[in-house]
Amino acid sequence: MSLKEKLVSSFMAFEDHVDVDTKIHDIRTEAIKLFEDKGFPTKKDEAWKYTSLNSILKHDYSVFPKQENAIEYSDIKQYFIHDIDTYKIVFIDGKYSSHLSQTTHEGLDVCLMSAALTKPKYQLVIENYFNKVAEKDGLSSLNTAFSQEGAFIHVPKNKVVNKPIQIVHFSTGNESALMLQPRNLIVVDENSHVQIIERHQSLTDNPVLTNSVTEIFANKRAIVDYYKIQNDNLNASLIDNTFVEQKQESFASVHTFSFGGKLTRNNLNYYQNGERIDSTLKGVTIIGEKQHVDHNTLVHHIEPNCESHQDYKGIFDDNATGVFNGKVVVEKEAQKTNAFQSNNNILVSDKATINTKPQLEIFADDVKCSHGCTIGQLDESALFYLKSRGIPEKEARGLLMFAFSNNVLSSVKIPELKQRITKLIALKLGVNIGFDL
Amino acid sequence: MLKINNLHASVEDKSILKGINLEVKPGEVHAIMGPNGSGKSTLASVIAGKEDYEVEDGDIFLEGENINELAAEERAHKGVFLSFQYPVEIPGVSVTNFMKTAINESRKAKGLEDMPANEMLKLIREKSELLEIDRKFLSRSLNEGFSGGEKKRNEIFQMAMLEPKLAILDETDSGLDIDALRIVANGVNKLKNKDNAVVVITHYQRLLDYIVPDYVHVLLNGRIVKSGTKELAHELEEKGYDWIKEEVGA
Ligand SMILES: Nc1ncnc2c1ncn2[C@@H]1O[C@H](COP(=O)(O)OP(=O)(O)OP(=O)(O)O)[C@@H](O)[C@H]1O
Ligand SMILES: [Mg+2]
Repeated sequence: MSLKEKLVSSFMAFEDHVDVDTKIHDIRTEAIKLFEDKGFPTKKDEAWKYTSLNSILKHDYSVFPKQENAIEYSDIKQYFIHDIDTYKIVFIDGKYSSHLSQTTHEGLDVCLMSAALTKPKYQLVIENYFNKVAEKDGLSSLNTAFSQEGAFIHVPKNKVVNKPIQIVHFSTGNESALMLQPRNLIVVDENSHVQIIERHQSLTDNPVLTNSVTEIFANKRAIVDYYKIQNDNLNASLIDNTFVEQKQESFASVHTFSFGGKLTRNNLNYYQNGERIDSTLKGVTIIGEKQHVDHNTLVHHIEPNCESHQDYKGIFDDNATGVFNGKVVVEKEAQKTNAFQSNNNILVSDKATINTKPQLEIFADDVKCSHGCTIGQLDESALFYLKSRGIPEKEARGLLMFAFSNNVLSSVKIPELKQRITKLIALKLGVNIGFDL
Repeated sequence: MLKINNLHASVEDKSILKGINLEVKPGEVHAIMGPNGSGKSTLASVIAGKEDYEVEDGDIFLEGENINELAAEERAHKGVFLSFQYPVEIPGVSVTNFMKTAINESRKAKGLEDMPANEMLKLIREKSELLEIDRKFLSRSLNEGFSGGEKKRNEIFQMAMLEPKLAILDETDSGLDIDALRIVANGVNKLKNKDNAVVVITHYQRLLDYIVPDYVHVLLNGRIVKSGTKELAHELEEKGYDWIKEEVGA
């Protein structure tokens, strides 16, 4: 039985565990039909030309996590930003772990999707936002069909959330192969600010496949900063589908740090529904071995006077492969749009590859759009300059690669996170950077 | 300090240095002059260990040790310093962090601990004052967007920080305004002592009024064709290179 067949047939079993007489379940039923119809994408799909899911779909994944596997905080502390106070929503093998989490309902809701989907208190927010911006492609539909658990964050009007929120998914190896489908909904109302850090971490060498969907709504003048740490082990794969809808004068940034994992696909779509919106999409990818990271972005400029900034850097070693496919659409009404996109890559090994493709579809005439992609090796004259000052080859290379990815870090607003990412980058590049930033 | 015997070097099968002989003793200042394209920067790069250049024949000794096979960083650890004719821009690394890394890597190579932070700060303060460099400048990305003169001044700041045994200054004077030239030359002179040596590559006599050479060499078409004292520089300033070309039949 293929994974698709298995998933479709297990939908009935899934229905035994959820309330089927709800609007939500109508959405799920609709979605499983869409998935049945569309299935998993293949290389024949233009957007999946350079990313094949074959090798990760072949495992016999368990699609329903069984019991919560208790883990001690001390064993996994390293995967948290732990030197500052944060809210935490923690899942173990897809199940909520109350003892590792720190949620709240005081002034804002930081809690579980399962609660939000069932409790009357959240009904209005769910009706207004759930599955409203997510795409209807095969993978997102699959997630929607099984949507039950994940993070639910609702920040009401005029609230500056005083500490970051961490969403962390662990997998323990309880199952010989595990598929997870977390579903997150983040709604940030007028004038409110929030910072979110998301991480998927496998604690086992067993294969794990995560197909997650996150919907983010930044209402008028909201400020949302979302950071994704993708540093999972080499048997874990992630398909991240994130959809951002922005209203006027809001700011929403998504930073994606991709260092680990076997296969990582980031579908990141932004829709600007209002004027003077700022959308920021940044990423640092540093991979080696046979790792694969694919960034597939869309920024849809719908109204006038908005901006978007995309800056993705990639460093590829060994047989690693990368894809950057950045699409910017500027509608006819979206005059005075400023859309910037850059994708710079360094191929450390001659066996590494990157496919980079900007796609601009501009229907307005008064716009500023720039895009640039570069693929190169390290600058030899810069390397000699560093070496001539006594910095050894390896450190010099590391320092140059570090510098290369540095300006993506400059927009990280949480100092402890920035420091952590800096260290991860140094570790990943195998260098000891002789200074603090 | 430095002894070069019959050095031949080429790049991409193009022969550039064609039998250089040069000896620089501790405490000496040597000037190398010569027309554009004669091989001055190539000589400097080969001494500093740039791998693009193939040493086909000859030897380079530093304090009696053959350094032909040493990597650029190892030569730096032994006290070779090159002030670049065209310093490279390194976006994303500040001058300060660059110097900290350079100093601590050199110390590590010598089996020393990292320099304590307060000592480092003191050193940076002292040397930036010597070269009259604004402290704000040091937190900028290395050479990125620096003016021509700022880059050169920054090179000598790095030299002051690293205190090399053998400093090769490749056209450090070009791009400097008159005041900056004086400040930079003064910096070099302050660092000069009986145990180290300086090789200055320049097109102009003017720098040599400040950094007074013991010997002046003329490099022509990959060879040192004439050597003399500082008077030779005056003569070149006056007469150009044609008479030397005639003399050597080039
Ligand atoms: N990487 C290279 N590839 C090809 N040719 C090179 C390379 N480096 C140097 N050359 C050539 O070697 C010759 C010597 O160059 P070099 O830079 O050493 O001259 P120079 O004496 O420093 O000149 P200038 O006074 O203009 O600085 C030139 O003809 C130059 O074009
Ligand atoms: Mg030169």
